[in-house]
Amino acid sequence: MQPGLFLTSDGKLPARYSFYVASEEGTKGQNRVRRRVSRMNITFLLNGETVELADVDPTATLLDWLREDRGLTGTKEGCNEGDCGACTVMVTDEGGAKALNSCILFLPQLHGKAVRTVEGASGPNGEAHPVQQAMVDLHGSQCGFCTPGFVMSMVAGHAIGATDHDTQLAGNLCRCTGYAPIVRAAKAAEAQPVPVWVKDKPVALAATSPILPGSSDELADVYAKNPDATLVAGATDVGLWVTKQLRDLDPVIFLNRCDDLKEITITDDEIRFGAMVDMNRMGQALNDLHPSYAEMIRRYASVQVRHAATVGGNIANGSPIGDNPPALIALDATLHLRKGNTRRSVPLEEFFIEYGKQDRAPGEFVEAVSFPRQADRLKAYKLSKRFDQDISAVCGCFNITVADGTVTQARIAFGGMAGVPKRAAHVEKALIGKAWTVDTVRAALPAFAQDFTPMTDMRASATYRLETAKAMLERYYFEDRGEVTNVLEVTA
Amino acid sequence: MSVSKPLPHDAALLHVSGAARYVDDIPTPKGSLHLAFGLSPIAKGKISAMDLSDVKAADGVVMVLTAEDLPFANDVSPSIHDEPLLSDGTVNYIGQPVFLVVATSHLAARKAARLGKIDYAEETPILTVDEALAADSRFEEGPRIYAKGDADAAIASAAHVIEGGFELGGQEHFYLEGQAALAVPNEGGDMLVHSSTQHPTEIQHKVADALGVPMHAVRVETRRMGGGFGGKESQGNALAVACAIAARATGKACKMRYDRDDDMTITGKRHAFRIAYKAGFDENGHIQGVSFLHHAICGWAQDLSLPVADRAMLHSDNAYLLPNARIESHRLKTNTQSATAYRGFGGPQGMVGIERVMDHAAHSLRMDPVELRRRNYYEPAHPPVMDPPDLPERPLTHVDPHEDLTSLGAVEQVTTPPPVRPVPEGGNTTPYGMEVTDFELHGMTAALLKSSDYAARKAAIAKWNSENSVIKKGIAFSPVKFGISFTLTHLNQAGALVHVYQDGSVHLNHGGTEMGQGLFQKVAQVAASRFGIPLEMVKITATDTAKVPNTSATAASSGSDLNGMAVKAACDTIRDRMAEYLAERHQADPATVTFSDGQVSVGEESYGFAEAAALVYQGRVSLSATGFYKTPKIEWDRIKGRGRPFFYFAYGASVTEVAIDTLTGENRILRTDILHDAGAPLNPALDIGQVEGAYVQGAGWLTTEELVWDGRGNLRTHAPSTYKIPACSDRPDIFNVELWDAENREDTIYRSKAVGEPPFMLGISAWLALSNAVAACGDGYPALDAPATAEEVWNGVQRMKGGL
Repeated sequence: MQPGLFLTSDGKLPARYSFYVASEEGTKGQNRVRRRVSRMNITFLLNGETVELADVDPTATLLDWLREDRGLTGTKEGCNEGDCGACTVMVTDEGGAKALNSCILFLPQLHGKAVRTVEGASGPNGEAHPVQQAMVDLHGSQCGFCTPGFVMSMVAGHAIGATDHDTQLAGNLCRCTGYAPIVRAAKAAEAQPVPVWVKDKPVALAATSPILPGSSDELADVYAKNPDATLVAGATDVGLWVTKQLRDLDPVIFLNRCDDLKEITITDDEIRFGAMVDMNRMGQALNDLHPSYAEMIRRYASVQVRHAATVGGNIANGSPIGDNPPALIALDATLHLRKGNTRRSVPLEEFFIEYGKQDRAPGEFVEAVSFPRQADRLKAYKLSKRFDQDISAVCGCFNITVADGTVTQARIAFGGMAGVPKRAAHVEKALIGKAWTVDTVRAALPAFAQDFTPMTDMRASATYRLETAKAMLERYYFEDRGEVTNVLEVTA
Repeated sequence: MSVSKPLPHDAALLHVSGAARYVDDIPTPKGSLHLAFGLSPIAKGKISAMDLSDVKAADGVVMVLTAEDLPFANDVSPSIHDEPLLSDGTVNYIGQPVFLVVATSHLAARKAARLGKIDYAEETPILTVDEALAADSRFEEGPRIYAKGDADAAIASAAHVIEGGFELGGQEHFYLEGQAALAVPNEGGDMLVHSSTQHPTEIQHKVADALGVPMHAVRVETRRMGGGFGGKESQGNALAVACAIAARATGKACKMRYDRDDDMTITGKRHAFRIAYKAGFDENGHIQGVSFLHHAICGWAQDLSLPVADRAMLHSDNAYLLPNARIESHRLKTNTQSATAYRGFGGPQGMVGIERVMDHAAHSLRMDPVELRRRNYYEPAHPPVMDPPDLPERPLTHVDPHEDLTSLGAVEQVTTPPPVRPVPEGGNTTPYGMEVTDFELHGMTAALLKSSDYAARKAAIAKWNSENSVIKKGIAFSPVKFGISFTLTHLNQAGALVHVYQDGSVHLNHGGTEMGQGLFQKVAQVAASRFGIPLEMVKITATDTAKVPNTSATAASSGSDLNGMAVKAACDTIRDRMAEYLAERHQADPATVTFSDGQVSVGEESYGFAEAAALVYQGRVSLSATGFYKTPKIEWDRIKGRGRPFFYFAYGASVTEVAIDTLTGENRILRTDILHDAGAPLNPALDIGQVEGAYVQGAGWLTTEELVWDGRGNLRTHAPSTYKIPACSDRPDIFNVELWDAENREDTIYRSKAVGEPPFMLGISAWLALSNAVAACGDGYPALDAPATAEEVWNGVQRMKGGL
């Protein structure tokens, strides 16, 4: 029996304790290794072989384990924060094959899944995967350090027949090639069949620990009794608390096995996303319903991050620069929270109280977010220094209904303009009931300064933020009028 | 023949399978230790108290070192010994290493490094050009000035005068593999160091000084880097020295690698410049005179800043014959990271200056900017007007043997000015008196304008802009003329070591390092060609200071020029010995012995290369040789700004089309056409790879890559989450790259040209195209700063519209 695998009699995780193990040379007490509780046993496939790990530190990253424990050094650390893709591996689970950043992927998230690293991209007899061969033939590597990550993103993309390579590779940075030969290689490999050896078939496994609850009921129970625990959804934010802030997160509770939180429900009246719906699935679901939102999600981080990041996490972390909240607020979304067996719903905009403070009680978690089914009038404008995989300087979301030439309804919300995702109430008021004309739009612009006093930081100046927020309303109007307004859609 | 074939990178198969080893991938001995630095949280001040008890007590910590604990030199500077490994009591920027943690794991070291309790007497940091000028905080006694003719008078009498200035940001290298080193103690106090460095000899020298041993006691090995770009020329010194000191102190192998945030916080970047200009033109667009004022932000230590700032001056003409020019350069000392080498080494900054002048002048004169440029080009290639006499060797100067003579920063070591031949007056000369005899850009420009359909697209863009109010397009052409050679003349030398084994296989080693540019493959192609054998017969081996000594950094684009020639010399020595022996056996003339297609032919007889090698071995002839090369014809006096610093020039030209969103400033590159001069390429595929990658990196410098420091001197863009290098979709939608089909006019290795740095500056056309698009919003000149982020483009649009 491992310490920490079982709850104490009152249902709590065992109190945290530490003890030291002197290494063979630790006579002066210098070579000490801290060991923690809430360790667990996990099982997964690694390059086709079953791996059973006992006594796993729940916040050990897959990358460190691969490189330091397993000696598989093909997977590289480039940034240790999920922004460069050098650590990309392919993970196969019930949702299929996907690329993920192993630097911010905790080992417990892999229980019952299959991991394939660059060492497993080649066949059992050393046969090159089609993307590997194309990368060699078309000069896709120079220094080679980003290459394993690219190869694994390409292997994962190839496995699902992806052909939008700019999007598939947006999470992989290369400083040498200028990307052109890599994209040529990805295209060249498109027509080749998927090699059998990368078709992993993970075996579903029961959970081994209370910190891996298998349903929202189990989660509600363990979290209510351990309200100080850190909830880990996709770990694309929490991962950095560990890899960059070097925080000890103990106890933690992983939500990735709560399948009932992964449901997407679309009815005639409502669209509802469970908290654990990842951004990739969310984007797909929104493709036809709200294409501008879906396009914004296409630019939300990268494929690797979107496969891990969840809509619940993006809301619950309370970031003022998360891209989902302004879009959801513009769609009049409701947040569904649960603590134990008590559920409540709040308008999403009211969840964000002030910077760093949300309307969430200890032990309470986000179960879902929903918004009314409606005619699509939403435009989501994400403004950042770089188009792909960049945090927004300003994210402006506009949902303006016009009937008979008059604005009948306006819900406008912004990220990056205040300490919380925030509605532009004065701007909305300046529009509603007015004729939908350029004069109305221009007359509404001064109201932005009543709604927002943005700040200057490394992403943008306060002036630029405020003025581009205004410009986005103008863009919405011009776009509505049929003008060319999207620089991404222009060609030479 | 192997040379000129478009073969893949030598390690391509290893790269794609994850089998290529970088420093952090090398298996380490049991009990190896890991290092991290404790960093200064303030930009300027003195340490008043240091309490490291929590650091020492932290999990896994084995040892904590401060400056006082260092046994010998506390110095990792590549130039004037102004850069201690660990703070000597003063701190000069946020991120400066103050203490060193040695621990049982990388994570334990990182955690402990944050636990230092240090009190500082804080002083007001100098962070900006204006603050540095006000405090007269600078390197060198005053500005350097290079001049030709009388620029001020020429401008004063010119029909049209333009004047302006702009800020030009720095650039983070963002090599994907962060800085890393591993030191393994050997017997008798010797040290083996694996370092991710472009300059193994400098690492060797610095480690030897830090350990108090001769250079022979230190061996440095570098198989490859995961990118360098100049960022691993001097910035790896600290890690290698720290590892060696810790390894000496503990007797254990010690490894250090910077976490990405630490790497960006600690290490130097490209120099930011403020450039002011004034230029006079006649009514036909011929430049009469130009005057530049450069302010280079060098950071806290000198590092390589002097030659970087020099090279910016040396590229202030770019492709243009300037009848009168004056370039004044100030090298400012600030409390920020010490700016360092970065691809182009100052050349890009100088070149942006003159390209801005040309762009501004064309706008002002309402001329087509390409036409104005062509009118000011240097004359087409021609034999030298003055056939220079041979010069005497530079007089010997007494030099301290502990000075780091192989360093690019060693520029101040030699006090006796070198002999420099007289400057041809007038003529086709640069502002520093070098005659330009190999100018390729007339033909290249004509060819590129045609292949890129420049004229028709320019008209189409004008039409688009007249019909669209939100999205505007722009197009721009820019040329590159980049000088090839180290400006510190004595660095232009290289050595090689070649063995032929009795089975005919060849072991190849030289002083250059592999950072992705394909140097090893190019040089191996040279060796295979010399022996007439298949490339598979040649083993490329890690750069090793024990095999080839006293090497220069792999820098200044010189890798294949220098090392290719050295390897050729070594191969030819062996080949001549083989020929002589076989000719004697067959009573033939050695000159008639041929090496090709895997055969060695002597008269009627032909041997397989392996058979020939075995015969020669049995004939007791040495099959091992060193090779050496030094670049001819160059001499340079950097104080006077006179001489021939460059053996030759490499050329390139690009046309970039962009679109901007005038509402937000968001922008994209739509199409890029490039024609680049790599001479007769050793490997055209690798060269095109350099061109494509360099263009995107250069465009990134001038567009999305913005370094932001706050008012305390804290770098706020210290990770890829905040510092945005180009991503996949940022490359041009349409990206046509061709090589100019012409041999180098100078006698280089197989008449090829250096290709590492020159194409970086093709990215300037992206910045100019943005300016062109912004100009479509009004009548004025956009006067963009760089980088032209979306915000800066938006600022430009506001200026055009008369707002802000």
